[in-house]
Amino acid sequence: MDITQQLFEGQRLRLAPIDHEKDPEIAARWTYDPAYLRSLGLGAARPLTAAQIKKKYEALEKQMEESRDLFHFALRTRPTDESQESRLLGFASVTWIEWPHGNGYLQIAIGERQDRGKGYGSEALRLLLRYGFAELNLFRLSVVIGSENQAALHLFQKFGFVEEVRRRKALLRDGQTYDLVHLGLLSQEWMEGQSHV
Amino acid sequence: MYNNLFEGELVRLTAEEPEAMAKAYSAWAAADSEYQRMLDTSAASLFSVKKWKEWLEKDLEKDPPTFYGFCIRTLADDRLIGFVGLDGNVVPHGEAFVGIGIGDRKDWSRGYGTDAMRLALRYAFMELNLRRVSLNAFEYNPRGLRSYEKAGFRHEGRQRQYLKRDGKRWDLVYMGILREEWMEMYQNEYTRT
Repeated sequence: MDITQQLFEGQRLRLAPIDHEKDPEIAARWTYDPAYLRSLGLGAARPLTAAQIKKKYEALEKQMEESRDLFHFALRTRPTDESQESRLLGFASVTWIEWPHGNGYLQIAIGERQDRGKGYGSEALRLLLRYGFAELNLFRLSVVIGSENQAALHLFQKFGFVEEVRRRKALLRDGQTYDLVHLGLLSQEWMEGQSHV
Repeated sequence: MYNNLFEGELVRLTAEEPEAMAKAYSAWAAADSEYQRMLDTSAASLFSVKKWKEWLEKDLEKDPPTFYGFCIRTLADDRLIGFVGLDGNVVPHGEAFVGIGIGDRKDWSRGYGTDAMRLALRYAFMELNLRRVSLNAFEYNPRGLRSYEKAGFRHEGRQRQYLKRDGKRWDLVYMGILREEWMEMYQNEYTRT
């Protein structure tokens, strides 16, 4: 891995900036899928209009500019021989960075149901880890996942994340309680993994 | 026995004028950096009484509150010695994080913090009707960890090497107490029968 290897290019997808004209309408459609919103955070899922989402994106970019504790990307397909289109797949971010300690949290969400389970999350995470450790020079990255979301737990474990904290029954969904699992990966652990590749 | 929600054995929880709180908070932070570094992962910093007052006033205006905060006063001599508060993002999962600080080190290790934490837990479970309460503590604060264990918190894990202070890395310790665990410990004391 060196400077000639592109930071934002995966095999089938790329990390890209927000498109304030086109993205809000697509993301507004995704908010009708509770699985999408629930994968993003603990707040109550509710449908949003494109205009509401546009405002959120503007606030997000303002935060990126002013507080520098957040790096947010759109995930888009790369054009192929068959198709020149670059379709919005979802979002990924390194967030809640605490610079004095070198910590950050990761978030990845894939919007369309039929795009999940296709390895896009894996590609996005590979790029995000390199960005967090090799560009932001963070010391460790964390992620918080509900224990009902086995797919997400497996994805992060595959990349070397280990379970560190289990907030017992912290999540209440559809009348069931689940644990909130915190996983972590240290930059040194990530580096060691890189040398085997 | 059913008694006042805001009164413990050594301390009581109070509301204070922003002016008095701002003066105390600003003075504690300036007098003792160790206090600040046990309280917060943010870089220790010094803010004026004026700035503290602005923050507190803004916070107090919010309705519903985003922070259920109280000042701590001693029962013996009615001194303002610290604060305790639960973050207000309790919907929809019924969980809140609690934070506590005793400002002057002369007041540490006297049971004030544990007593105030017991009141905060009682408020969380008997007034806010939460399902659980969580907290973060730092590996280098054994006094705090012992106090939280005494109040009923259980260890739930640690984020490895999360903090860097004085050139060394330390874990961020997570603790939690479930409603049913609290009931088992305290229901004879605090619930109506």
